[in-house]
Amino acid sequence: MSGPLEFLIVLAVLGGLVVFVTAPLRRARTPGDDSAAPGVAELEAAREAKYRELRDAELDHSTGKLSDDDYEEIDRSLRAEAIEILRALDRERALPSHGQ
Amino acid sequence: MATVGRALLIMALGVTVYGIGASLYGARRGRRAWIDSGRRAVYALGALATLAFAILEAAFLRSDFSFNVVAQHSSTTTPTFYKLAAAWSSQEGSLLLWVFLLSVWSSLILFLTRRRVREIAPYATAVLLGFGAFFTSLAVFFANPFATSAQPPTEGAGLDPLLLHPSMMIHPPMLYSGYTLLTIPFAFAVGALVTGRLGAEWISMTRRFALAAWLFLGVGILLGARWSYTELGWGGYWAWDPVENAALMPWLCITAFIHSIMIQEKRGMLKVWNASLVLASGTLSILGTFLVRSGILDSIHAFGASTLGIPFVLLIAAMVIGSIGLILWRREQLRSDARLESLLSREAVFLFQNLVLVAMVAVVFWITFFPLISEALTGTKVSVGPPAFRPFIVPLALILVLLSGVGPIIAWRRVTAANLRRSFAVPVCVGAATLVVLLVWPGGPAARPFALIMFALAGFVLATVVQELWRGTAARRAMTHDPVPLALVGLVRRNRRRYGGYIVHAGLAVLLVGVAASSSFQHSQDVLLSPGQRASVDGYTIRYVRPTEAVSSQKISFGAVLDVSKGGKHVTTVHTIRNFYPSQNPADGLIGKFFDSADSDSQVGLDAGLRRDIWTVINVDPSHLAPLINQGDTLFANYAPSVMTQAAKMPPARAQQAMNALWAERDLAVAEIARRFVSHPWPTEFLLIVDPLVTWIWLGALIIGGGGLIALWPVPSLARRRAAVRKRARPSASPGLPVREPA
Repeated sequence: MSGPLEFLIVLAVLGGLVVFVTAPLRRARTPGDDSAAPGVAELEAAREAKYRELRDAELDHSTGKLSDDDYEEIDRSLRAEAIEILRALDRERALPSHGQ
Repeated sequence: MATVGRALLIMALGVTVYGIGASLYGARRGRRAWIDSGRRAVYALGALATLAFAILEAAFLRSDFSFNVVAQHSSTTTPTFYKLAAAWSSQEGSLLLWVFLLSVWSSLILFLTRRRVREIAPYATAVLLGFGAFFTSLAVFFANPFATSAQPPTEGAGLDPLLLHPSMMIHPPMLYSGYTLLTIPFAFAVGALVTGRLGAEWISMTRRFALAAWLFLGVGILLGARWSYTELGWGGYWAWDPVENAALMPWLCITAFIHSIMIQEKRGMLKVWNASLVLASGTLSILGTFLVRSGILDSIHAFGASTLGIPFVLLIAAMVIGSIGLILWRREQLRSDARLESLLSREAVFLFQNLVLVAMVAVVFWITFFPLISEALTGTKVSVGPPAFRPFIVPLALILVLLSGVGPIIAWRRVTAANLRRSFAVPVCVGAATLVVLLVWPGGPAARPFALIMFALAGFVLATVVQELWRGTAARRAMTHDPVPLALVGLVRRNRRRYGGYIVHAGLAVLLVGVAASSSFQHSQDVLLSPGQRASVDGYTIRYVRPTEAVSSQKISFGAVLDVSKGGKHVTTVHTIRNFYPSQNPADGLIGKFFDSADSDSQVGLDAGLRRDIWTVINVDPSHLAPLINQGDTLFANYAPSVMTQAAKMPPARAQQAMNALWAERDLAVAEIARRFVSHPWPTEFLLIVDPLVTWIWLGALIIGGGGLIALWPVPSLARRRAAVRKRARPSASPGLPVREPA
């Protein structure tokens, strides 16, 4: 392949690279942000983990690894913990800085 | 295209440096646009590395020997399949493969998290680009895959014959995928520690990548073991070689992490431990790459020493010091949210299992690096082999198998004695029955206590997994009234992490049964046989029927057909071959270069079965042909220069004809000498092995891989599943909480 053609290819790739990487800097700043606020995202992850824990306890009970009494107690305590997380999530979402 | 390739690498280096700056500036100043620009730098790195890698592969495919790396690692006679793989047999190509895979996985995680973990992501981006910058700069400044030669040779040196094996096409990319995937949890852990966002979010984002790293690394390790078993001709699959250990250490570490992270997800415990494990896994992955490429420790798997030691040591030191510093800095926030409620709980079993795995990593690390440590302290490099590992690894492996059976049948948080009895009764009985049967088995494994215990524990583990699947299926059937197969599939589909993990445990038990049996009850013999003679190994009679030879443009193959019988009955016929490839050493002579033992490999004569493998290898000593080879070398040393001198004076077409005639005469001479192996066979050395249950290792690996894929497969989001369940179930007692679903 000839030298000038290689040079043109490199130049084209470089141009495309600069345009692509710097695109966000050239955009007008948008007022809204569709990403979840850090606190909300963390609480949502905690909520999903708690839901998984509830289902795991249920499966442990149905497969005979947890007695009825233990399951009732664990389920109650997990649901209480989940409600705490849901409340914290509501509080976080209600914060003015996180309002959309 | 070499210039374009080189320019792409330089651009890749530039974009990584820019991306690090943009991500960190954006994170510090809260400027979203700069963070997005930094993320785009990762995508750009992905595109540039892909293009560069494609250019290199294209050069290999069209045998463009103007690329130095192609001239040194491929030839026109290299099969196309192996031309593609030859790219990563070189140091330069393997570094580019690293950058390519890193950029692909990094782009994937950053795309998936583009609207999440927004505080952590810029720091993770900077760390990932830091790895990209490191490996790209090595490729640009120290091991350039696009270096060219002004006067390229007409033929390349060819691929190392040992690498002419199908698994070499997949093995290195698998290992490198594992190593590069491990940098992702590492990068997000660093981001979480820097920002102090140490909750569940970064874990949920990166857990799947940790699992993928575990799976890829595991597949890579097993393919390497298979290659060792069928290609290296020493009769084993695992030699505790430094390069094998380099892959095993991060795999053990990430195995511990995959388990202990569940405790953090569920209980908010072990945060320091998990951060340490993930940072150690990332560091060990770089150490693994370093060991493969540096040749710092003697290894059968390291293909060439390099000068990259110092940059790697500096990177590893920075990772270790940085990791310790970050954990110390955030030690207050890393305190556990809860305490262990009971030693009889799944989290306690996981914790103990983690300690065993980390102890294994420590043992492997210490013994692997002992030669270097001893050299630094005493000036003498002590060599260590498998016997140094076994006294520590065998008992730890036994405990690990036991725990892999206990974990699935014990509940989270706590259990009662009655539940324990109910869960353990059948598996313990199965384990005990296995033990008793093997103890009374005539000629059984009673003499090998470690193997005996491993078999009994494997019986226990398999029983726990079957019991769990059975009970889970029964519970699901009670709710859905589905037939058993449908209920089983539904159970696994809805609880992929759990049952995928159980299947992995079953696979591990099968694999370790194979390891214990094959290492404890192997029978092997080194024998010298002439055609018609026989040897006896473990009750099998192996007869050397006849020698074989084949000459091609690529190699000379000397082989032997062996007949295997037992009790007078024919069992199988195997054919083992020793291939000799033309050496590149001019001192070997025009004929002698075809018979150099240094450029040879083995083709194992193997009859594999579920009960035992019959493994044979021939070791031909070509020195028996030395008088003829020397005679030929002398003849051609006198004859060839005169032909070449005359050819130089001829027109090109006639010169080519004269040279072709010379090479045809040489090939005829080589073929005639090689034929002596069949016409005048001499006593030849064989290694004959009868090894029980080796196939179980590969079967266990397949089961582990299947379980890993099930665990890795994306689960429909809980939100969608809950919505579907609400349609057909009663309303939940607590608004927003999941209703009780079928198992």
